[in-house]
Amino acid sequence: MALLEINNLTVEFSTSHGPFRAVDGVSFSLDRGEVLAIVGESGSGKSVAMLAVMGLLPWTARVTADRLVFDGKELLGLDDRARRAIIGKDITMIFQEPMSSLNPCFTVGFQLIESLQFHLGMSRKQARNRAIEILRDVGISAAERRMSAFPHQLSGGMNQRVMIAIAIACKPKLLIADEPTTALDVTIQAQILDLLLSLQRETGMALVLITHSMGVVAETAERVSVQYAGQKVEEQDVAGLFSDPHHPYTAALLAALPERSSARRLPSIPGVVPGQFNRPTGCLFTPRCSYATDLCRKLAPPPQPPALGFALCHYPLIAGRPQGHPGNREAAE
Amino acid sequence: MTGDTVLIAEDLKRYYEVSRGAFHGHALLKAVDGVSFRLQKGKTLAVVGESGCGKSTLARLVTMIEQPTGGTLTIAGLPAVDASAEVRKALRPKVQIVFQNPYSSLNPRQKIGESLEEPLLVNTDLSKKERRKRAQGMLANVGLRPEHYDRYPHMFSGGQRQRIAIARALMLEPQILVLDEPVSALDVSIQAQVLNLLTEIIDRLNLAYLFISHDLSVVRHIADEVMVMYLGKAVEHGPRDEIFSTPRHPYTRALLSATPIPDPARKKERIVLKGELPSPLDPPSGCPFHPRCPLAFERCPREMPLLLPAGRSLVACHAVEEQEKAMSLASGKAA
Repeated sequence: MALLEINNLTVEFSTSHGPFRAVDGVSFSLDRGEVLAIVGESGSGKSVAMLAVMGLLPWTARVTADRLVFDGKELLGLDDRARRAIIGKDITMIFQEPMSSLNPCFTVGFQLIESLQFHLGMSRKQARNRAIEILRDVGISAAERRMSAFPHQLSGGMNQRVMIAIAIACKPKLLIADEPTTALDVTIQAQILDLLLSLQRETGMALVLITHSMGVVAETAERVSVQYAGQKVEEQDVAGLFSDPHHPYTAALLAALPERSSARRLPSIPGVVPGQFNRPTGCLFTPRCSYATDLCRKLAPPPQPPALGFALCHYPLIAGRPQGHPGNREAAE
Repeated sequence: MTGDTVLIAEDLKRYYEVSRGAFHGHALLKAVDGVSFRLQKGKTLAVVGESGCGKSTLARLVTMIEQPTGGTLTIAGLPAVDASAEVRKALRPKVQIVFQNPYSSLNPRQKIGESLEEPLLVNTDLSKKERRKRAQGMLANVGLRPEHYDRYPHMFSGGQRQRIAIARALMLEPQILVLDEPVSALDVSIQAQVLNLLTEIIDRLNLAYLFISHDLSVVRHIADEVMVMYLGKAVEHGPRDEIFSTPRHPYTRALLSATPIPDPARKKERIVLKGELPSPLDPPSGCPFHPRCPLAFERCPREMPLLLPAGRSLVACHAVEEQEKAMSLASGKAA
């Protein structure tokens, strides 16, 4: 049985200009001990989908889903008390800005001990000893001394280690990392990614890594889900995604990376991600897609079979060629 | 000075006095500590390093936002350090800057047109009509439409705002454009658009770029020459291809190996550096990199390494220096 199963998850925010759909029918499942990366540009709804799983969205958000099941429990409609027993214990999350996710008024040790006492019912002394152990596990030297440090006394990388320590303190089954290294320098990013992966291997927890960096995806994930404007447009294992992307957006995104292009002019994607007021009908990628036809503009595409990476496209690409595209036939004639 | 060189920086220094509270003396923070380089027409020098290495301070020195505490800076043949107010005023239009975050570098209450015209208003005596004409011409140059002239910054996306910031920097027809992390705040698909715009501009206007970035993949794409900085000092400086194909300084090597590469098939050995950037208020003795360096030996904590030629690059490292010496000895014996 899958650890996390999401089916047709939709999140709408009510704004003063009417509802805004941030997540639009996203489905995926995650097994125990698996590393899934969710990639997408800003505004693709990748963080919001995971915040919905955590139940951390504000009251203006309306979350609907056919299924939102974690470890056999339906998360939707769970009352607060039951949710608190899961969130922070079995599912934990770390965020992009370690400085602003830690409470500046309390010491690192206090914040770590808090979750151990609350979820595992440890005594203060037990919790303190365990907290020091965990800080050592995440590679903080002089852990005992650091217990009484405040977040502002530590560097960004250190704070992210503390966040990770808090997240893994209760041995979660699922850790959601939302852009964990975006605010950090490259050399520190390498350290934190290595730490997350080694913890994942040791404890056997599942890891969802939300990121916008294709480099981070290639080096860490097993399976990748690509999101665009709130929709999942493609899902593949990592090797397949990079060698043979099936959705034109994924293909264009990969081509636009400076690392993968030797030309002086990068193949860029024209236009911008659609916002609240200029959402196209039909396929959301049409205004920027080089293969778009009238069919794309009229009709929202169905997901393709798993062999084609569930690509949300009328003409999924195979080896860079759109299948069943009218342009193909013309070219052949 | 050859005809193509537009800026020469020699041993540029910027120290700050930092107060440490009432009971301590002032501490000296060496943000930029003896950096030398040249900028040439049509060429891009990229400055790479992690936060706190002094790359943004360097940008502020080159744009004359701040005065250096030491060294010389020659812009278009004129010395800029301790120059008279008139000379500085004449030099300022020649160097323009584009900042990292286009959300905070544009005035939210100013229409795009006004933003673009302001440099002309301050520095030239063009008529209102002429200013408007130039601003609209510049909008077209950076891929925006003339009707954007009357809009406010909040009506634009991040990529478009960065185009506006670039347009504003180009209004005075500068010779040098300082780009301080110009694409770091942008998404990948937008990043490619802005990088393309930058290459177009340098080809067309024959400017010199000082491109400051921490993203090595972007640097590899756009730079002609690369300077790697660590704690206010240049540790390696050379042509782009040399730096990326044969990085010599252990810090450059670690930086390159830490950069994630979007290719899952490529398994590379990763040099994970121990520890973090030391505090610039209390830098390590000798070579500032030695506490994190895998090659450190007894000379490193005692002596500051000098920037010496190695291959086609300049490298400041004792280990590389000894290696080069051994190699030249060996080749001398063979001959």
